[in-house]
Amino acid sequence: MKKKDLISINDFTKEEYMRIMELAGEFEENPNQDLLQGKVVASLFFEPSTRTRLSFETAISRLGGKIIGFTDSSSSSVKKGETLHDTIKMVSNYADMIVMRHPLEGSARYAAEVSDVPVINAGDGANQHPTQTLLDMYSILKTQDTLDNMNIFMVGDLKYGRTVHSLLMAMSQFENPIFNFIAPEELQMPDEYKLYLKNLGIRYFEHKEFTDIISEADIIYMTRVQKERFSDPIEYEKVKNVYILKNDMLENTKPNLKILHPLPRVNEIHTDVDENTKAYYFTQALNGVFTREAIISHIMNLK
Amino acid sequence: MTENNKKKLKLKVSAIKNGTVIDHIPAKSLFKVITILGLDKISNQITFGTNLESGKLGHKAIIKVSDKYFKDEEIDKIALIAPHAKLNIIKDYEVVEKRVVEIPETIKGIAKCFNPKCITNNEKINTCFKVISKNPIALKCHYCEKITNENQMVIK
Ligand SMILES: [Zn+2]
Repeated sequence: MKKKDLISINDFTKEEYMRIMELAGEFEENPNQDLLQGKVVASLFFEPSTRTRLSFETAISRLGGKIIGFTDSSSSSVKKGETLHDTIKMVSNYADMIVMRHPLEGSARYAAEVSDVPVINAGDGANQHPTQTLLDMYSILKTQDTLDNMNIFMVGDLKYGRTVHSLLMAMSQFENPIFNFIAPEELQMPDEYKLYLKNLGIRYFEHKEFTDIISEADIIYMTRVQKERFSDPIEYEKVKNVYILKNDMLENTKPNLKILHPLPRVNEIHTDVDENTKAYYFTQALNGVFTREAIISHIMNLK
Repeated sequence: MTENNKKKLKLKVSAIKNGTVIDHIPAKSLFKVITILGLDKISNQITFGTNLESGKLGHKAIIKVSDKYFKDEEIDKIALIAPHAKLNIIKDYEVVEKRVVEIPETIKGIAKCFNPKCITNNEKINTCFKVISKNPIALKCHYCEKITNENQMVIK
C-alpha cells in the first residue's frame, strides 16, 4: 500500500476532510487511545514553533506514541551542514512517522519523497500548514454544525497569511460559501486566490474598512498584521490600529458568529472580546490536539 | 545569382544525408539547446550556425545533427528556451517530416524556481513544474507551489 502524507491542504479530498472531522469528534469524546502504542514518531522542528510542536506532541502522547526529534535546528546535525535529504533518510529509518516544520518552502514535499514513512507538514515557510487548516475547519463545523453556506470574513494580513489562503481553498470545496476580505491596500488577498474563487463561481467581496459589515458574518477569521511585512514603516503605523476587533463591534452580529484566530495574537483582538461567547480562539487551539490525533490516525491507517 | 539560387546553394553546402535539422533557435539559446539535448556528449556529426539573420527572431541559430532522430519528449525539453524551433527530419537528403516543439505539461529540471526560499534553490534537487499556462509561460513549482512567470524564468 502506498504511504499517505499530508503536505498540502490540496492533497486531501472533500471526503478525507470529512473523515478527519469525524475522527476529530471521536477523539474529542475520548482523547486517550493507545493507537500508536509501540510506534515512534519523529518531531523535527528545523525552526522553533512551540505552539504547533506542543499540540502535535500532546496528540502523539495521547495516542500512546513515543517521540524523538529536536525543537530547533541549532542543536542538531543540521547546523553542521547536513542536507535535509540526509537527515530525513536517517530519521525515516528510525521512526514510523515524521512531523516536520522547516523554514524553506517545499521542504515538506521533498521530505515526503525522500522518506519511506509518512510525513506530516507542520509548516514549510510561507507555503502550507495543513493541520492548522483542518483544525480551523473542525472549529467551524463544531460551532456551526455544517461547512456549507458559510459567510467567512478574513481580516488583517491576507497577502502573506498562509492560514487564510489554505482555509479559502478548503472551504471552497463546500456548498455556497461567501468570502469577505478586509485588509489594508498592501496586504490584500493575492489575485491568484481571487481568480481561483472566480473560476469556481464563488462570491467574494473586498473591503478596506473594518466596520458594521461584519453583521453578516458566520465566521470572522482574524490574523496578525506584522510590521516586517511593510516596505514602508509609515504605512504600518497607519494601519496597525485599524484592524482591531473590539467587543462593542460585536453588538449587532449574528448569534452563531464565532471569532477564530490562529494565535498567537498581538493586539488585533482586544482582550475585552475574550469574555464574549463569540470568542472561540482558545477553544480553537484545543481543537488542534483532537484534529492532529485524527490526522495521525488517518495517515497511519490506525482507524 | 538570384536570392533564391543563393539560398538553395547555402542549403546544399550544409545539407545532411540523414538526421535532424533544428531551425529557428534564438541565437542566445544555442548552447543551452546543445546542453539540454545532450549534443555535447554524442559522437554524431553536428554542424551549427549562429547569428543568422531571421525576420522573426532577430538572430537565429540552426543545428544539424547527422544520423539522429529525437523523440517528442526529448525535443519538447527545449520548448522553454526555443518555443518557435522547427524540426526537419531528413532522410536521404529529403525533408520527410516537419515538426514543431510543444511545451509539455510538466517540466523537470531546466528551469529554476523564482522563489529564493524554495527548497530547490537551497538543496541539490531537480526542479519540477506543472505548466499552468503556455502563452505566456507560467510554471507552478511542485515543491513550494509558487508560480514562476515567463519574465521571472531563469534557465539552469
Ligand atoms: Zn519552488
